[in-house]
Amino acid sequence: MTTQGGVQYSKIAEIKGPLVIVDGVENAAFDELVEIETNEGEKRLGKVLEVGNGKAIVQVFEGTTGLSVSGTNAKFVGKVMEMPVSEEVLGRVFDGLGRPKDGLPDPVASSFLDINGAPMNPEQREYPKDFIQTGVSVIDGMLTLVRGQKLPIFSGSGMSHNILAAQIARQASVVGTSDEFAVVFAAIGVQFSEAEYFRRSLEESGALKRSVLFLNLADDPAIERIITPRVALTVAEYLAYDLGMHVLVILTDMTNYAEALREISAAREEVPGRKGYPGYLYTDLSTIYERAGRLRGKNGSVTQMPILSMPSDDITHPIPDLTGYITEGQIVLGRDLFRQGVYPPVNILMSLSRIMKDGIGEGRTRADHQEISNQNYDAYSRAQEVRALAGIVGKAGLTEVDLNYMNFGDEFENKFLTQAIDENRTIEETLGLQWNTISNLPKNELTKVKDKFIEQYYKE
Amino acid sequence: MVAQGRIVWVSGPAVKADGMADAKMYETVSVGEAKLIGEVIRLTGDVAFIQVYESTSGLKPGEPVVGTGNPLSVLLGPGIIGQIYDGIQRPLKDLADKSGSFIGRGITTTPVDMTKKYHFNPTVAVGDEVEPGNIIGTVPETSLIEHKILVPPNHAGGKITKIVSEGDYDLETEIAVVEKDGQSAPLKMYHKWPVRSPRPYLKRYDPTIPLLTGQRVIDTFFPLAKGGTGSIPGAFGTGKTVTLHQIAKWADSQVVVYIGCGERGNEMTEVLVEFPELKDPRTGKPLMDRTVLVANTSNMPVAAREASIYTGVTIAEYYRDMGYDVVLVADSTSRWAEALREMSGRLEEMPAEEGYPSYLASRLAEFYERAGRVRASGSPERDGSVSLVGAVSPSGGDFTEPVTTHTMRFIKTFWALDAKLAYSRHYPSINWMNSYSGYLADIAKWWSENISDDWLKLRGETYGILQREDTLKEIVRLLGPEALPDEEKLILEVARMIKIGILQQNSFDDVDTYCSPEKQFKLMKLLVDFYNQGQQALKDGAALADIRAMPVIASLLKARMEVKDDEMDKLEKVQNEMVEQFKNVTGVKVSN
Repeated sequence: MTTQGGVQYSKIAEIKGPLVIVDGVENAAFDELVEIETNEGEKRLGKVLEVGNGKAIVQVFEGTTGLSVSGTNAKFVGKVMEMPVSEEVLGRVFDGLGRPKDGLPDPVASSFLDINGAPMNPEQREYPKDFIQTGVSVIDGMLTLVRGQKLPIFSGSGMSHNILAAQIARQASVVGTSDEFAVVFAAIGVQFSEAEYFRRSLEESGALKRSVLFLNLADDPAIERIITPRVALTVAEYLAYDLGMHVLVILTDMTNYAEALREISAAREEVPGRKGYPGYLYTDLSTIYERAGRLRGKNGSVTQMPILSMPSDDITHPIPDLTGYITEGQIVLGRDLFRQGVYPPVNILMSLSRIMKDGIGEGRTRADHQEISNQNYDAYSRAQEVRALAGIVGKAGLTEVDLNYMNFGDEFENKFLTQAIDENRTIEETLGLQWNTISNLPKNELTKVKDKFIEQYYKE
Repeated sequence: MVAQGRIVWVSGPAVKADGMADAKMYETVSVGEAKLIGEVIRLTGDVAFIQVYESTSGLKPGEPVVGTGNPLSVLLGPGIIGQIYDGIQRPLKDLADKSGSFIGRGITTTPVDMTKKYHFNPTVAVGDEVEPGNIIGTVPETSLIEHKILVPPNHAGGKITKIVSEGDYDLETEIAVVEKDGQSAPLKMYHKWPVRSPRPYLKRYDPTIPLLTGQRVIDTFFPLAKGGTGSIPGAFGTGKTVTLHQIAKWADSQVVVYIGCGERGNEMTEVLVEFPELKDPRTGKPLMDRTVLVANTSNMPVAAREASIYTGVTIAEYYRDMGYDVVLVADSTSRWAEALREMSGRLEEMPAEEGYPSYLASRLAEFYERAGRVRASGSPERDGSVSLVGAVSPSGGDFTEPVTTHTMRFIKTFWALDAKLAYSRHYPSINWMNSYSGYLADIAKWWSENISDDWLKLRGETYGILQREDTLKEIVRLLGPEALPDEEKLILEVARMIKIGILQQNSFDDVDTYCSPEKQFKLMKLLVDFYNQGQQALKDGAALADIRAMPVIASLLKARMEVKDDEMDKLEKVQNEMVEQFKNVTGVKVSN
């Protein structure tokens, strides 16, 4: 081992999957950044997962392919991994570790920030309550997004989650202000075409200049995926809390992130939790998702929209399951609706926005918003039951009220849910559509709405 | 002698240090140059295994570890109510003052303001004999809580040789001196207590008084008793947190301890924003004046999450010892169990089911056994209680996983949340077929003394209708509803009305969010009356379609939202309308 200006170099003892075990380590710290240098002079980055008794276990982000035990040096940098940030990051494209990928030089940094962030003090949080109009009826009307919320999209392979996320990124606005959202987009192991669709969509709408893109594509190193969401969120926090911007962060696809985490855990021979994922998957995911919110005394906000594909469309799989326990709701895309050609194919019964109640109502959207939304949920759930029943006894066996529910269900899917990918509906239009569809039912079925609203909005 | 060692190994929240031969199990230690707080959880030779309550990022082998000689303890004294603590009783507000919006490391604070003066009113005089647990004076803490200053349970007791007169004192002031066998010991307004040791009491009672929460499905169908234990498991999105918030808001206890254990940051903020504005329905005072929050959110260090449960329950026991009824809500015990699992994994212990340590069950049992309604030690005589409500977050909503199954062994009320009900927006989504309460018989006496002799009988009838419906649903699923005779169709109809009119409750509606026991009983009685009169009407020849079309049904279903607790006469009106309309439907049929 040699020491040079506080930086020490050590020899590699063992290489195992994405990990290298470094020997003769004296002064390394937990979580410290490591530069691995091959005898060809190639440099890779890693961080310390465990240190003690002269050994350090280092996780190499770019993978260990091509590394050899002899001739490879590990350099302990003396600090944790940091991301250089400044206003200049807007409009730029970075790789999954936060290095420029657009051929331009490094942005001039105004500060360097620890990519792990620090937990926000719950006492210092500002409770999210500013309604974001996404222009997508089903979200604005029934799954309202609020500034500072973390609301994931649970999707499955091949479904239209990217189109929906891009539409939200283009259209999101806070009613009554001219504030525009800055978009931070982190591609985590997705195909080039998906990332490119997103970039083009931002470019066409003119939003690219207020966006930052981090791209770890499907053919990029898997272990890098551990870092990608963290650098993206570090930039998002800087934009929000230092520059006062409202930031929408899109992380896609979190399933790839969790798989990278599992790979490291397996290499460390840890006792696995469910389906081979590490027992700390929940805690680890929370250090990403909890980096959404608002802070007292600061203008900006970080709103997160992680996207994850549920393996075999299974919502009880550990990744969507643990995500749902951390995020403030979930938008679930339904295979049936997708097959019917409905866009956006949101299964509202399985979806939920937890902090919707505080972002809507009088003075924010409209006084009847909560109740009409509850009534639509209730009616759609009943419509599904009636459809199942009609499958057994046939339409002829249904009562008149049942038939009303069938009509409601069809209209709900075809007129309220369905919209074009460039259609930007106002909240008034959305609420109007909700009353239109619910008016398929006789008045006395509307048990969740106060009589005064029925008088005001029910369409005879 | 305190232990002074050196770090030899770091991995996440787990640290090994050597030179720790003097350390004791569960002693708190200061770790590294940054003076992080940790706790010794295993000793092998002179090597101590330490779980660290703060982020260990940047910690190096070779850095010092210093023992404190004390186990992890909480400070108990005036000023606790209204606070929001992290898992090891550091006020989050003080952390913010010292490190800003994000939580820094190595910060030391005091749990309460030691310099603030409280108005102390002595209740003993020089010459009085005191025992551990005796009240020696009172301090007004908030508009709702009079803080009783106790002789600490681990104090020897003796004769009072000095007591200050009524006046304003800070917490470090020596307010009394007690002498025993020639030894004198001073007393202050606070004392410390180790969190992992239950506080002693004189004797324990059977739980016979209901803990009223204003939630119909809880109070009427699956009640909890004061001093009882309840668990609320549910997949995400089933409304666990909202239900727990409702209990914390409306439970008729005098003190509420709410532990956010590994949950969402914004949910704690919601409590902080909402509670000061909400009024206790019984006293009209702000709810925050009776609430203590312990917040260790999911992204805060995992070891402190493990400690937060003990911190909370020790505070709850302290207020119980003053003679208060305390409710402790822990959201979620699964995250606490995961913290145990994570540390167990780092200790390389042999795992039991799903990687959880084999002592998971005994730890859960120890926690829930700290509930109870008790006669507190010392004089004057007083009774207090700690009721424990723990959320469980079963992975994949599967109730057969270890935390749920073990919890079920140690609790008596089980509120099973059901994703299907939640998906159809039936809230609270407590499944009435899978839930149970072991306190029903014990608390029935209270209902008959305070509300009505018929309570248990009517509750049985209502539940009976729901059970009948559950069996009939199978037939409907196979053959359609037309296969049933009219009287059974009426059961389906009334079951639907019970679900909408009683079981469902909108916690965001100003009126519906809290339902008084009297209103709960009357709503239930109205629906049972409807059922009985409906069956009679069918016998008398009325058509089911006419019964279904009765306008009073809408009034019955909306009564939970439209009738305030002080407008019970409106329910009489509905009752009269119902009788009238049943006469009509029977009459119409006869005249045909």
